[in-house]
Amino acid sequence: MTIYDLTLAELRTKLDNRELSAVEVTNAYLERIAATNPDLNTFITVCNETALVEAQAADQAIAAGEVAPLTGLPIAAKDIFNTAGLRTTCASRILENYVSPYDATAIARIKAQKAVIVGKLNMDEFAMGSSNENSAFGAVRNPWNLEHVPGGSSGGSAASIAAHQAAAALGTDTGGSVRQPAAHCGVVGLKPTYGRVSRYGVVAYASSLDQVGPITRDVRDSALLLQAIAGYDSADSTSVDTPVPDYQANLTGDLKGMKIGLPKEYFIEGLDKDVRAAVEAAAATYKALGAEIIEVSLPHTSYAVACYYLIATAEASSNLARYDGVRYGLRDENAEKLIDMYMQSRATGFGAEVKRRIMLGTYALSSGYYDAYYIKAQKVRTLIRQDFLDVFEKVDTLLTPVAPTPAFALGEKTDDPLQMYLSDIYTIPVNLAGTCAMSLPGGFSTQGLPIGLQLIGKPFDEVTMLRTAHAFEQATEWHKRTPNFKV
Amino acid sequence: MRITRAEVEHVGRLARLALSDEELDSLTGEMDAILDYVEQLKTLDTEGIVPTAHAVPMENAFRADEVKPGFTPEQALSNAPDAAESAFRVRRVIE
Repeated sequence: MTIYDLTLAELRTKLDNRELSAVEVTNAYLERIAATNPDLNTFITVCNETALVEAQAADQAIAAGEVAPLTGLPIAAKDIFNTAGLRTTCASRILENYVSPYDATAIARIKAQKAVIVGKLNMDEFAMGSSNENSAFGAVRNPWNLEHVPGGSSGGSAASIAAHQAAAALGTDTGGSVRQPAAHCGVVGLKPTYGRVSRYGVVAYASSLDQVGPITRDVRDSALLLQAIAGYDSADSTSVDTPVPDYQANLTGDLKGMKIGLPKEYFIEGLDKDVRAAVEAAAATYKALGAEIIEVSLPHTSYAVACYYLIATAEASSNLARYDGVRYGLRDENAEKLIDMYMQSRATGFGAEVKRRIMLGTYALSSGYYDAYYIKAQKVRTLIRQDFLDVFEKVDTLLTPVAPTPAFALGEKTDDPLQMYLSDIYTIPVNLAGTCAMSLPGGFSTQGLPIGLQLIGKPFDEVTMLRTAHAFEQATEWHKRTPNFKV
Repeated sequence: MRITRAEVEHVGRLARLALSDEELDSLTGEMDAILDYVEQLKTLDTEGIVPTAHAVPMENAFRADEVKPGFTPEQALSNAPDAAESAFRVRRVIE
């Protein structure tokens, strides 16, 4: 087994036993990135120099016996996280040359453990997209089939983990942007409960929905990385001040008395037969492991996509108003008047999907339409959230598909924004409800593309969700498959 | 039509986005289709339902008003397209 095939937990053991050094591990990954990135286009920035400096510091810490769980482990971050001294582009022309003056809290926390940041990952511009085709730095390709999308918006993050270019990655999830690409790339992606992880320093898309989440090769690594980034942060007043449990210690495999719900509204027309079969097989596995499977109802599911595309775009139109060419980012130097400078800088800097969402959001918030669209959507959000609270009176976790189909082909949905939006139908309700969910490998389509299973947990009960995911992983081999991606 | 080309042009001005003729054409069609889709929300009776702005119920987060270290002027201006005398510089606004 080569170095870059090891999980975070396996690397931890080898670093602690001095079988490997952090510099050796980092070099193995940097070489792997150099060899594979031309085909995949997963990285926007590779930290060839700084990663080795950080690795040396990690080796010194290990030699001194000062070892934190992530010391010396190679981690990459979606290019939406501010990283001091590194470019943070959000895959947009408007931030192409922006160098962060500070670290996002999630980055600061993994750096404090002396993790090694190997690079910044490609994504849909400003996290707006489901295919990673909306990047100013070009589309990312799926390591399982280079003609297919990796999903989005954290497409570079998920593809990099599937292709073993980093041991783990940080992504963000506003409507499924961690879980859907994780499903399409056959890796584990977790969206924590809103408020569990600080959003400070994460470039904002839709602030009431955005959440930071780990993308890893298995469930144990997911628990390990979540542990490092979870917890209250005074710099994000929406982070919640509740104790962070020990996620790894709770991976017991015990599902006795566990009630798992299958929401009937998620098994509808448009659900691919291979995906349906994988979820049904997973339900059977859970039953065999001692869990009780119960059919439940989330009656407002079909309204979620419409609700999301009003709330998320409204928040986006407000958040993205800051890109005006004054303090940072692209400025159009030709405009004579200040207002033209704003309008031209934004016109040049933003891509088509970002413009579309800013326009839709501005419209939904504009005089005369605010109540009919924005407030109406917020009321529907209340109903969707209540669906989840009601169902969690009856079950501990929900089991659903992540996406209606496996990864679609590059270019397949780019001409039809609405069709692209509908591919997020199973992930969006979770963000609206604010609870936690994760995607884990659950099989393969007849075409050989990965299929993800979604587990949805109660708010702030990532522990039970991770335990449920881990038990399935122990009983199956799906997570051990790797793409036949040779260089 | 749920939205006209003239309305799209107006929204573009509100959003401070200079849009080309081609963009106005395509956005009018796309926004119309999306607005048509979101129309389904109106079939739901939401009388008396309290709007949700945040999924986690929380009150205002108060904290003490304390001076803490922040950016230096150099850090704050490090990405400025144009700067002078510890300030961001733009074209003259007042004649």
